[in-house]
Amino acid sequence: MIRDITLGQYYPADSVIHRLDPRVKLGGTILFIISLFLYRSFAVYAVAALFLAIVIRISKVPFKFMTRGLKSIMMLLMITVVFNLFLTPGTVVFQIWKLKITEEGIRQSLFMAIRLVFLILGSTIMTLTTTPNNLTDGIEKALRPLNKLHVPVHDVAMTMSIALRFIPILMEETDKIMKAQMARGADFDSGGLIQKAKSLVPLLVPLFISAFRRANDLAMAMEARGYRGGDGRTKMKPLIYKKRDYIAYGILFGYLGIVILTGVFVKI
Amino acid sequence: MGIIEAAKLVFEYKKYDDNGQVESTKRAVDGVDLNVQKGDFIAILGHNGSGKSTLAKHINAILVPTEGTIYVDGKDTKDEENLWDIRSTAGMVFQNPDNQIIGTVVEEDVGFGPENMGVPTEQIWERVEEGLRSVGMWEYRKSSPNKLSGGQKQRVAIAGVVAMHPKCIVLDEPTAMLDPTGRYEVIRAVRALNQVEDVTVILITHYMEEVIYADKVIVMDDGKVVMQGTPREIFSQVDTLKQYRLDVPQVTLLAHELRKAGLDLPEGILSRDELVEKLCQLKSKN
Repeated sequence: MIRDITLGQYYPADSVIHRLDPRVKLGGTILFIISLFLYRSFAVYAVAALFLAIVIRISKVPFKFMTRGLKSIMMLLMITVVFNLFLTPGTVVFQIWKLKITEEGIRQSLFMAIRLVFLILGSTIMTLTTTPNNLTDGIEKALRPLNKLHVPVHDVAMTMSIALRFIPILMEETDKIMKAQMARGADFDSGGLIQKAKSLVPLLVPLFISAFRRANDLAMAMEARGYRGGDGRTKMKPLIYKKRDYIAYGILFGYLGIVILTGVFVKI
Repeated sequence: MGIIEAAKLVFEYKKYDDNGQVESTKRAVDGVDLNVQKGDFIAILGHNGSGKSTLAKHINAILVPTEGTIYVDGKDTKDEENLWDIRSTAGMVFQNPDNQIIGTVVEEDVGFGPENMGVPTEQIWERVEEGLRSVGMWEYRKSSPNKLSGGQKQRVAIAGVVAMHPKCIVLDEPTAMLDPTGRYEVIRAVRALNQVEDVTVILITHYMEEVIYADKVIVMDDGKVVMQGTPREIFSQVDTLKQYRLDVPQVTLLAHELRKAGLDLPEGILSRDELVEKLCQLKSKN
């Protein structure tokens, strides 16, 4: 079961969004986030909501997968809303004891809530429709200009994809070590926080040793297969923009245009 | 000239103390001469610590000899400039299948070697298909390596080497961590490569059953080559092998014991069919 865990919770489906170049999705997510922070206007958020709804529809990912990402920020969302609600100065609408709720406060907390929710939804669409490897490739290619500033873009991307490859292997290993220790009477569950942390030591030490050994073996295997960094390397699956990617870029900028127009002309 | 030629090869592992001074040296390979012809299937046998893995790493230029020379396809491994040529001439498969698979999808892993060599994209795909088909893993090209069995992973690793079009493949105990089915799959794939594609194979192992198909068997002990010959020649010397803490295939051992007990059997029987045949001959004679 532990083998099935994937990072970034990719949802396999056959949709246009899935087939888009990862750079488009990365750029699109950033653009969408920017659009959320440009204006404080309900009209703009209505446009964003519509855009989001259409994209989710096209992506063929069930909506309940999207909302899973929201659960993790529920706490943060509550705190933001409560603080904004009570601590924004302005015209008082409602007062209990010393706690004042102001008109500006309601507006402000609504804005913050919408922004946070949309932000998470927007980036969840990206991670749900892009495989981690594809995403790393996209980041590598998109950041390639940084190579001129001596940023080791290829190396970082390679490290990331290897880390992704080894997560399930190390999980399985942890599981194995844990069972081996439990068979010899180790107790990982009882005791207070400090006791629990202490009981993790006999788990972490062998895990680290084995991880280093693996790293050593892997480095040797990579060298044996002629790996010598990014220079002179060709790609098996090169990222090349297709027609649909240009169209997607067009749509994205169209969306940004509409957001700006709405922000400037519609005052709600 | 053979594809691999080693002369008086010596390799020492040095152990350093905290001050960076050499504390002790251990001679892992001690004066080995080796001559492998193109298309050969060579098996190297030896007990743990006999230096067989160290020798194998020299063929891929992962290790460079302390003394002596080794030429791979006419190129000296000591010369830094030859490094990448040598690594694409002699591919290497290691023991642990998990620690040598780089890609998160089977086909991507097989493409890793050709990518490093700078092969154009369309040709990479041809090579990947060819490599995966040669080990019978083409149907699994879209799978995640984590969901494969040990034998399948090891075949993917072999495909990854095949895709680099090497003239020679070195397998360093490729079956040590596999179950019998996995071992059988891997050895079958290796033999097919040797016979169909005429790739030179150097198989390092301590499973005797895998050795009987080799053209030549080399036995190593304590860093030295102590026996050399065809499997039949090697396995007819059961007592000498035992001295090097090596077993012989069970059938060979049975024949050996029967012979000692007074039956008129030849030495070096390698397969069950052969033993059955010889025993039937004996019976009909009596």
